[in-house]
Amino acid sequence: MSELERLTARLAAVLPPDAVVTDPVRLRTYECDGLTHHRATPGVVVLPEAAEQVAAVVRLCGEHDVPFVARGSGTGLSGGALPRTDGVLIVTSRMRRILEIDIPNRRAVVEPGVTNLAITEAVRDRGYYYAPDPSSQQVCSIGGNVAENSGGAHCLKYGFTVNHVLAAEIVTPDGDIVELSAMDPGYDLLGAFIGSEGTLGIATKITVRLSRAPEAVTTLLAAFTGIEAGGRAVSAIIAAGVVPAAIEMMDALAIEAAEAAVHCRYPAGAGAVLVMELDGPHAEVEHQFAAVERICRDSGAFEIRVAASAEERAAIWRGRKSAFAAVGRISPAYIVQDGVVPRTALPRVLAGIDRLQEEYGIRVANVFHAGDGNLHPLVLFDDAVPGEAERAEAVSGRILDLCVEHGGSITGEHGVGVDKARYMPRMFTEDDLDTMQLVRCAFDPRGLANPGKVFPTPRLCGEVPGVRRGAHPLVEAGLAEQF
Amino acid sequence: MDARDALEATGVAVRAAGDGDEVAGARPRWVALPESAEEIAAVMRVCAAHDLAAVATGGGTKLHWGAPPSRCDVLVDLCCMNRVPEHTAGDLVVRAQAGVTVEALARTLAEGGQELALDVPVPGTTVGGLLATGIAGPRRFRHGTARDLLIGVTVVLADGTIAKSGGKVVKNVAGYDLGKLFTGSYGTLGIIADATFRLHPLPAARAWVTATVERPVTETVEPYVYEGKTLDTTSTDVAASLRAVIPAVTESPLEPSAVEVDWPDVESPCTVAVLVEGAAAAERAKALCALMGGGLSDAQVAEEPPPWWGRLPEPPVPDGPPGTGGAGGGEILLEVRNIPYRLAGSFVGPFMAAREAGVRAAVRGSLASHVFHVALPPDTEPGRVAAFTGELRAHMEADGEGRVVVLAAPPEAARRLDRWGRVGALPLMRRVKERFDPDRRLSPGRFLGGI
Ligand SMILES: Cc1cc2nc3c(=O)[nH]c(=O)nc-3n(C[C@H](O)[C@H](O)[C@H](O)COP(=O)(O)OP(=O)(O)OC[C@H]3O[C@@H](n4cnc5c(N)ncnc54)[C@H](O)[C@@H]3O)c2cc1C
Ligand SMILES: Cc1cc2nc3c(=O)[nH]c(=O)nc-3n(C[C@H](O)[C@H](O)[C@H](O)COP(=O)(O)OP(=O)(O)OC[C@H]3O[C@@H](n4cnc5c(N)ncnc54)[C@H](O)[C@@H]3O)c2cc1C
Repeated sequence: MSELERLTARLAAVLPPDAVVTDPVRLRTYECDGLTHHRATPGVVVLPEAAEQVAAVVRLCGEHDVPFVARGSGTGLSGGALPRTDGVLIVTSRMRRILEIDIPNRRAVVEPGVTNLAITEAVRDRGYYYAPDPSSQQVCSIGGNVAENSGGAHCLKYGFTVNHVLAAEIVTPDGDIVELSAMDPGYDLLGAFIGSEGTLGIATKITVRLSRAPEAVTTLLAAFTGIEAGGRAVSAIIAAGVVPAAIEMMDALAIEAAEAAVHCRYPAGAGAVLVMELDGPHAEVEHQFAAVERICRDSGAFEIRVAASAEERAAIWRGRKSAFAAVGRISPAYIVQDGVVPRTALPRVLAGIDRLQEEYGIRVANVFHAGDGNLHPLVLFDDAVPGEAERAEAVSGRILDLCVEHGGSITGEHGVGVDKARYMPRMFTEDDLDTMQLVRCAFDPRGLANPGKVFPTPRLCGEVPGVRRGAHPLVEAGLAEQF
Repeated sequence: MDARDALEATGVAVRAAGDGDEVAGARPRWVALPESAEEIAAVMRVCAAHDLAAVATGGGTKLHWGAPPSRCDVLVDLCCMNRVPEHTAGDLVVRAQAGVTVEALARTLAEGGQELALDVPVPGTTVGGLLATGIAGPRRFRHGTARDLLIGVTVVLADGTIAKSGGKVVKNVAGYDLGKLFTGSYGTLGIIADATFRLHPLPAARAWVTATVERPVTETVEPYVYEGKTLDTTSTDVAASLRAVIPAVTESPLEPSAVEVDWPDVESPCTVAVLVEGAAAAERAKALCALMGGGLSDAQVAEEPPPWWGRLPEPPVPDGPPGTGGAGGGEILLEVRNIPYRLAGSFVGPFMAAREAGVRAAVRGSLASHVFHVALPPDTEPGRVAAFTGELRAHMEADGEGRVVVLAAPPEAARRLDRWGRVGALPLMRRVKERFDPDRRLSPGRFLGGI
């Protein structure tokens, strides 16, 4: 009997009935997350309903030296929730209670399986909302958001998950239940945990900050003949001291796809559109709107539309929000990339992407959070054409190189997961990665929490990195001399 | 080679330590003045080879905060690392070396019409000190604290490893965020060499609204009963007034950037000041003024902040005979956090605890972010400081929500109290320290739980 089988036999004792999945057909429904080309059937799946159950499962994993992976809604785009065939997949889908809504203290306490949007829906009628708004917010879980430090279209002004989480109860890889709180003095372990992609433990209860809904919101769309003019407008808006809540850009190919998919009716002939949102006190939004409109015209916008109603606002957003799925209409297959560049490098990086398209004969549709330089190039290919998938993969990787060369990052919001672990050394030195590994070893010395994610072949905890203490073993043994 | 020679051999400027170099009473042997991350690393390697303990310092403004180090051989003074190597205005990002003062940084950034949206309450604070203590001022309500604005760091570990995390883009989730871990770590995990921050455009306009509670504490015949216990016969107009007005202000769609209170002494008027920034600031300030006038006296709009704005409280000057602290006294400063709902009451707490402990207290801080500071006169008798801290903490921690941290206290007083209070995850913190600094060579014993 394998360790996994021995462990599986003990799971029923610590979990409610029906919470252990071993049926091969059901197991396969968990074989991938949103990054569907990485697949692995989990050894066993558990569906705990409470923190104590998560802790009990994690302790059993420790006793049997079996790895475990957390999974929320499985919308992750970097294979973070890719299961281990030799491990346990801990799914939070039965931990979906909103435990407390505390308006006077501007906070809500939720279980990790609660969806992002459910929080906003629970407090909207009282004039509040939960600010981070990933496009996947109807489905993705708060636990997943915490693990990925997810952002959203509005994070330019409001920040990411880490700026909106006040406390988290976690199950450590040792199986202890520990509270990490922003109120506590001491190291900011909460900050370190958020964005750690399930490698430091499992969040079982999360306290989020609620934000006051803004008094006024103005959504507008500006159409430009080309992407350069759009980029100029973005720079000028930021330089003018305006921080829009959102400022999103789409290029001609992305517009074409959105048009085919959802008939968003963006202005004909647009080589680029900017979708912008300004929010805040009425008086401030009015001032900002005047500035933004003038800047867009000066930068060459040939049409500006302003949403006059909730429906018109939704219509402007529809094209942008459907963009990923929409490219399915114009291409049999595609890769969603996620990279970041300093805003001022945008024109150079976009020109670089153009050159890659020519060099490889692969089309790239560009959709991006222009305000913070977060690119989502959609690399289009036909998997029926031999070699095209490989070329698309190559283009996708070269785009990340461009981002790093220009001082950016290999991921702005989708995380490293399994997908980008091999790119980490392009951004970080071995010393940088070893130092991050110190945090990992403090939380998870045995490396059982989501192993194989984020870091390329990490050192074992206790293995001494480059800097050596004392004499080299060969010198000590009299076999060599050091000069 | 002895340690001194080894330090000299690194080529880093080194001098013998003098009287002014003490760290909370502990005198180091040498002061090293590195000019780059590589030089810090060279110093740390010597420390590792010769088993020397090191403490980093920036402006030295808060070096006496925290417990004295259990060992201190080398003071690593970052004052020479005072350059701003990178400010790309178009990206709203700046990289500054750890020894740059926040004022100097602000001057550089203002030339480009930008700012680091942090108010630093102690003049002369360096970027490194700001991060290591995690201190923040009024606008934390709108922009968060250093952790929220920091996007990248370079650190030097105890063994001389130079490591960076984050980068120079605002949006970045590649790898663990070491910057968060180092922020507020009081130099116990490594030495911060440089930091990269996200910036904000300087706001188009600023306006303040101030108002007062004239008689914050009024004697009444109504006994104050708390949880069945008659505590006092003093009613607290302040708590009542603040409770009536502040939620309306912080939750207002007029979006103030900060809401602060200054209450310099129990008998003095208590002042509330609200900052409004950005387009239409004056207009919004006027509307807030009307809102505040509803419950407070003398509400008025001003173009300049009140003189106390963004500074730590000054201790009241005691009128009675000075305490019997003996050994010179020194700054006594506490930080209190509570949840919004409890905050109005929290503001009263220090005065009540002060009465119980027989001390005088001054309170100043953020009503919007639920953090404030309390100062006691420097010569307060040590036993009373401890009694005050105990009273206040018992009250604040009663429902598990509030926290009281003693930021600074003279050694005599500090010995009798727990500086840090309740911490949820101390064992994990210890494990982090063990991994980063297994030989306990960086600011040993300065942090909570003896870390
Ligand atoms: C159409 C679409 C649009 C998207 N748009 C955005 C966007 O705008 N912004 C953005 O940031 N992301 C976006 N994403 C990515 C994804 O939705 C986010 O990363 C999300 O946070 C993942 O949540 P999840 O519940 O699906 O997590 P999963 O995919 O189940 O897991 C993601 C990671 O979190 C870990 N994890 C899950 N739960 C826990 C827990 N309780 N404790 C510890 N670790 C845990 C997993 O191990 C894994 O590493 C998008 C995805 C899709 C498919
Ligand atoms: C030694 C000492 C003596 C004191 N003496 C006096 C005195 O004489 N006069 C005086 O006015 N104050 C006194 N105080 C201060 C007093 O204890 C309170 O701090 C303050 O008056 C009221 O605070 P509060 O309203 O924020 O909270 P509380 O007094 O704790 O709460 C008021 C009410 O709100 C409820 N409540 C509190 N928090 C929440 C929450 N998060 N959710 C739901 N309900 C909540 C409580 O249950 C209570 O019913 C003293 C404090 C100390 C330490």
